[in-house]
Amino acid sequence: MSARALPFALALVAMALVPLVSTSPFYVNLTSQVAIAAIGALGLNVLVGHAGLNSLGFAVFPGLAAYLVAWLSTVGGFDPVPAGLLALAGTLLVSAGFALVALRTTGLGFVMITMALCQIVWGAAYRWTSVTGGDNGLSGIARPGAGLGLERPEVFLWLCLCVLALALLQLGRFFDSPLGVALRGSRDQPRRMNAVGYDVWRIRFVAWMLAAAWGAAAGLLYAWYHQFVSPHMMAVTASAEVLLMVVAGGAGTLAGPLVGAALVVLLKNLASIWIERWVMLLGFTFVVIVLVVPDGIVPGLGRLKGALKRMRPASGPTISKLVPREGADG
Amino acid sequence: MAEPALRIDGLSKQFGGLPAVSDVSLDIMSGERHLLLGPNGAGKTTLFNLVCGDLTPTRGSIRLFGSELVGLPPRRRAAFGLARTYQILTLFPHETLCRNVMLALNGLRREKWRAWTAFGTDARLRAEALAVLDRVKLADLADRPVSQTAYGDRRRLEIAMALALSPRLLLLDEPLAGLSRDERVTVQALLAELPSDVTVVLIEHDMDVALAFAERITLLHHGRVVTTGSRADIAADPRTREVYLGA
Repeated sequence: MSARALPFALALVAMALVPLVSTSPFYVNLTSQVAIAAIGALGLNVLVGHAGLNSLGFAVFPGLAAYLVAWLSTVGGFDPVPAGLLALAGTLLVSAGFALVALRTTGLGFVMITMALCQIVWGAAYRWTSVTGGDNGLSGIARPGAGLGLERPEVFLWLCLCVLALALLQLGRFFDSPLGVALRGSRDQPRRMNAVGYDVWRIRFVAWMLAAAWGAAAGLLYAWYHQFVSPHMMAVTASAEVLLMVVAGGAGTLAGPLVGAALVVLLKNLASIWIERWVMLLGFTFVVIVLVVPDGIVPGLGRLKGALKRMRPASGPTISKLVPREGADG
Repeated sequence: MAEPALRIDGLSKQFGGLPAVSDVSLDIMSGERHLLLGPNGAGKTTLFNLVCGDLTPTRGSIRLFGSELVGLPPRRRAAFGLARTYQILTLFPHETLCRNVMLALNGLRREKWRAWTAFGTDARLRAEALAVLDRVKLADLADRPVSQTAYGDRRRLEIAMALALSPRLLLLDEPLAGLSRDERVTVQALLAELPSDVTVVLIEHDMDVALAFAERITLLHHGRVVTTGSRADIAADPRTREVYLGA
């Protein structure tokens, strides 16, 4: 295992040990929620952090997958595993169609078109009551793996962590690969990329489908976790929340979405116990993040580490370096 | 008679009501060093953008070694042996010089679609990139991020990105823009070392360098070809003076 993978392995192990430390299922379930949110945020990070495509409709991917698996396993009568696989395939198929529309644009156009696409599916879930249950949603979704004890919170957590580990591994390799580098190239200099022979549209399409795939995986776990889906999971606020996770944690970093997901889910669940207006607290937290570490917590911590390293050798004879010189700012 | 490397025929580009390039016809022979001359707004860069495919012409045809380019996206034209540099630096600022060139080298290869193996560890690709960087005298800075290099180094990297494609036709858009006297000498030497079978079309305002480099010159004005000819022809042509001095 490389040194870079170590912090991720430690974080995953720490999360997996939560059931052994805490006897209350509350914290186990909370950890599952963090893992599920992190998988989704990792997916969105492909678009936001590496493709430079800011989506305000990411919730459409988990939403589609969750609704599909819910409908297939309740009304459709499928077993959970085939229902999940079909939901995954269906989500990817619909997402590929959406890509034809969304990838015609970049910048603000992309923000608006992704939001609109998500709103269309949200509207269908909300209004097509005979199929989706409307505002009541669909309930009674069975979890897979009847013999594996997935109905127990700790076993379900471990499943979520396995998927999260897979996402981290796949995306970690992808971001370092020729295609990952090309994706960031198409973000920074699409014109040059075209001129040297890259197909920028196809590169962006791959990024879109990766985001859709991990979004769908998060959606499946979400549906199995709550055993219930409702249109609210595709509301604009749901998409915005995932975007906040990515931006707060650090877009373009592998650890950022994980940190951002933990921050948002923990604030949402823990702060709401103590403070009724926890959304305000969330707001304040983001204001602080934007002011102090505008590029996110993970890059911010990286800079702090770098600064501390530089300070250490200076603590000897060159202590004068620590004292700001007059007029040195600016 | 030999097929010209680049044959532009009746090429026009309108931006709304404004004709940026009007009915330009131009033959550039294989191995030629050709200079596009003209005041600001003459349509030189627009012509480059039409040839490389960033812009679609309103009318006309562009043939590269006999193959029609109009209608092909820029990436397909790269596969025909066309490469260009940009007047405004178009580099990947977060990557090192070496990885910039590696990215350009990969553009025409299947390996660019690999999504699992690491990009940085491809020793052969890296060696090729270092060889390209060596041609522009940047090999010693290979592992420095672009954001930490001097402007003159970036100008040369801009050329290296095009050389990485092993082009048959190279379009250089003001490769000396903003360079100091010393840097100009370096780039001039670099241009002189380009293989003789590479056809080069140059836009440049530094007349000393441009005239020393180019054998044939096309004078553009208001998007039209005023005259094409050898160095001596253009210098002797009274229209050159007219375009530049407005006399």
